[in-house]
Amino acid sequence: MSVSPYLNQTNTLTIAVTGLNANDNPGPGLGVIRALRDGFGENLRIIGLAYETLEPAIYLSDQVDKTYRIPYPTAGVEALKERLQQIQEVEHIDVLIPNFDAELFNFIKLEKELLSMGIRTFLPTHQQLADRDKVNLQAFGNKHGLDVPASETILAASELDQMADKLGFPLVIKGKFYEATIVQHISEAYKAFYKLQAKWGLPIIVQQFIKGTEINIAGLADGEGNTLSVIPMRKIYITEKGKAWAGITIADDKLINLAKAFAKATRWKGGFEMEIMRDEQDRLYIMEVNPRFPAWIYLSVAAGQNQPRMLVDLALGNQVKELTAYTAGKMFVRYAWDNIIDVAEFQKLSAFGEL
Amino acid sequence: MKLKANIATSENGFIFNPATGDSFTSNAIAAEILTYMKAGESETEIKQKILDRYEVELCQLERDWDDYMLQLKEANLLDL
Repeated sequence: MSVSPYLNQTNTLTIAVTGLNANDNPGPGLGVIRALRDGFGENLRIIGLAYETLEPAIYLSDQVDKTYRIPYPTAGVEALKERLQQIQEVEHIDVLIPNFDAELFNFIKLEKELLSMGIRTFLPTHQQLADRDKVNLQAFGNKHGLDVPASETILAASELDQMADKLGFPLVIKGKFYEATIVQHISEAYKAFYKLQAKWGLPIIVQQFIKGTEINIAGLADGEGNTLSVIPMRKIYITEKGKAWAGITIADDKLINLAKAFAKATRWKGGFEMEIMRDEQDRLYIMEVNPRFPAWIYLSVAAGQNQPRMLVDLALGNQVKELTAYTAGKMFVRYAWDNIIDVAEFQKLSAFGEL
Repeated sequence: MKLKANIATSENGFIFNPATGDSFTSNAIAAEILTYMKAGESETEIKQKILDRYEVELCQLERDWDDYMLQLKEANLLDL
């Protein structure tokens, strides 16, 4: 186990993790925790940070030792800072791994203050976060010579007609943070626009539809232009929400090189997920870049590269060497499990904000 | 016709392409042919083995062979 000289006196590594929503649109938290438990063994304490009382991983006591509720990102940086200070007084967190896109801005903003509290992170910069944002993806692709689908950001539904004329059908209508809908007709486009606007706000992204094979890449980069780990995965079972419910690791140098090109171009720092569409001409389109590990990150451990553990080592200032070998043909098949808890647990978290 | 070098095959006829994640199942004779192909045997050698081992006319074998190669090609398993 890697321990920094600054760790708390018990030598137990305490890591706080968000993204405990292991539901049909799963956050990466549970996968990250599982990877950390594999990577660090028994001297590990996992602190869950949850926004809602029904995030399933809160109640997995063999995975999460203690959970605290934290304020929604919209409450602002100060509210988050204050809550984390309260938690830190009790828990002595060594490393914090945020796993939601929407919360990252605040955590990056607090990076120095967290460090002064003794909490280490390994996060991209605000500029890096903005560059790969869905809203800026087109410009990002143009700037770095990477293939991305044609897309436009719009602020009013009335712009949809013009977009449809320009890009043709089918179209992909995407929310600012999450969710995307493929539409075949202008009436469906309007419906998707209003639905996504209500849920995630503006702008809405209208994107050219690319037909092909969906591949995701989980990566970790050091912030100096180097990737330390890259694992490509082909989705083999996709839910109605477009999420991988089963996937398989694949060996393809073109994908590895694409991830390396992204990390080099952006000097990315931290975990990332690239969503790729491979079309019939074997072109690789970057559909999205997520600024965090994916929900399927435990597959990276199964394939031989424990990216969450590597990230913790980076956060602690330990030397981390690039890993290149991994096993192709490792599969994950996600499943749903009815975890039984007593209402008292739910009540405790609801009433006191911790469990 | 050469099988791509990275293609994994098993004795029971399971074929896995690690570059794409595609997998296929094949019947016993197809699996046998794959084993010969993996071993680097030529088309002529493989056909002769099949003729020696099974009761099959040459014209039937040629038809089935072409059909099988087409399937392997479409499945992106051949080095063209």
